[in-house]
Amino acid sequence: MNPPLDKRRKAISAAASALCLLCALMVILPLALILFHLARLGAGAVDWNFLTRLPNDGGMANAIVGSFVLVALAVLLGVPVGVLGGIYLSEFGTPRLTWAVRFGADILNGTPSIVWGILVYALVVVPMKGASAYAGGLALGLIMIPLVLRTTEGMLAMVPDSYREAALALGIPKWKSVLHIVLKTAGKGVVTGILLACARVAGETAPLLFTASGNQYWSHSLSEPIASLPRQIYTYSNAPYNTLHRQAWAGALVLVLFVLAFSAGVRVLTRGSNSPLAK
Amino acid sequence: MNTAAVKQNIALAPPSKAGDAAFKLLAWGMAMMVFVMMALLGWELFQGSRLCLRQFGWRFLVQTDWNPVRGEFGALPFILGTLVSSILGLLIALPLSVAAAIYLTELAPRWMRSPAMALIEMLAAIPSVILGLWGMVVMVPWLKAGPYPLLQKAFGFLPVFGGHINGPCILSAAVILAIMIVPIITSISREVFRAVPDSQREAAFALGATRWEVTRLAVLKGSSRGIFGAAMLGLGRALGETMAVTMVIGKSTVIASSLFAPACTLASGLATEFGDATDDLYVSALFELGLVLLLVSIVTNVLAHLLVGAVGAPKHARPA
Repeated sequence: MNPPLDKRRKAISAAASALCLLCALMVILPLALILFHLARLGAGAVDWNFLTRLPNDGGMANAIVGSFVLVALAVLLGVPVGVLGGIYLSEFGTPRLTWAVRFGADILNGTPSIVWGILVYALVVVPMKGASAYAGGLALGLIMIPLVLRTTEGMLAMVPDSYREAALALGIPKWKSVLHIVLKTAGKGVVTGILLACARVAGETAPLLFTASGNQYWSHSLSEPIASLPRQIYTYSNAPYNTLHRQAWAGALVLVLFVLAFSAGVRVLTRGSNSPLAK
Repeated sequence: MNTAAVKQNIALAPPSKAGDAAFKLLAWGMAMMVFVMMALLGWELFQGSRLCLRQFGWRFLVQTDWNPVRGEFGALPFILGTLVSSILGLLIALPLSVAAAIYLTELAPRWMRSPAMALIEMLAAIPSVILGLWGMVVMVPWLKAGPYPLLQKAFGFLPVFGGHINGPCILSAAVILAIMIVPIITSISREVFRAVPDSQREAAFALGATRWEVTRLAVLKGSSRGIFGAAMLGLGRALGETMAVTMVIGKSTVIASSLFAPACTLASGLATEFGDATDDLYVSALFELGLVLLLVSIVTNVLAHLLVGAVGAPKHARPA
């Protein structure tokens, strides 16, 4: 044993640990600052007027409703395709095809969201000669598909094989056993994945810029441009007026509360389970 | 046939094959949507950029002038801006994230680990436009008043830290990108470290190693591939980030030598210019920017997933 050397090693260990702690704090610091400023600048501007009036009366009601409409449209596309695709991978797929689809979905998940906006612009906005809620919903739905597909597949894979075998032994057709037994068992996890995907697309701005565009009034038809919270925040943050900046912060606070409520709900839903989403 | 016999017949009938076949086909079709979406992305972006491809060919990628009024379109300012801001962002985020991940897997008290990780993942859930708003109103003025002049004082002799200090500039974009990719790098690095078997740590402890030496020898040494993969995934995210970058980069298509000068990225250029584009060549040039962005992000992501491989990415993806 060499006491001085030992002391040095212990000192290095302590210093490295302190440095790592410092880094961990620095990583969390921006979150704390963002939430602080959101509360300070946003809370004062969120009132009944803001939640129920149109932009020309100092409100964002149409953007809040618009965001819900867009996410609902995205769910209509993203959930059936994503869930059924996930079912295929977990219940029917051959290993090689499963690997390929999974890899493809991961690549799609990494594709910048503005690229989806351009795709939908070319596919829908140009032929329809204008932005619409349909186009915005389609863009968000396309982003949702690979997200939902991957989580669904992961959840179904955790259902024990004995459930499937029991169903087959009873002579139940496979499609019924998948829908009524496997999917039902994994139901909570699948719903969790869908909620997370909703929270994710609800905050998207870039794919909506040229697809749903924006609207200062109520949209009366899904083939009209529609307002959305993220888009409205972006527009107001570029405006040169303080009142509009205040509104942008208020909108940001509302949006963050929605998104965090979703994520918190997910945490409550999955608490205690060994689901990979409940990390 | 009496009713009893009919009932027995039904009971013994084998499950219908038609239902299974139809369901399997339906599910197969939905899984194939992944490939359809990929093909559509590639095809539509290629179609849209045809005019520009014909006009400029490969020169588009290296031309420095972007002047829609005169019909000159070169993508280099956008490509450079994307690479510089993303790589700088990664350089800032990587050491912080890896150290935070080390702290959260090896050093922190147990009760603190998962709440701290939940906080970091909360950062990942904050929409890009809100980070952009915060960056624009709070972070950029602070950086301009404090850290930037200090940096210039210390390193001003280098051209990259010279020139006039702008608040919205490529360095601000790099800082906001670093904040945005920290959660994904931390969370994947954490997975990588957690995959290291405890027996390795115990062996190092048994040899009398200190806590840091255990981390360095037993955990970090074998994790370089996973960390590299995490960094690539972070880079992939950074390359495509749109809103937050658009709001703090200052929007200029002139290539400058200073990090304190405004710039543009592929994604931010698309976000700001797509709405204004009127003539066909301009639209086509923007489509080609999109195509370049798509290809860059695919290459980065393929590399990242091959590297991270078995460890698996976390389910959370960040909004852009």
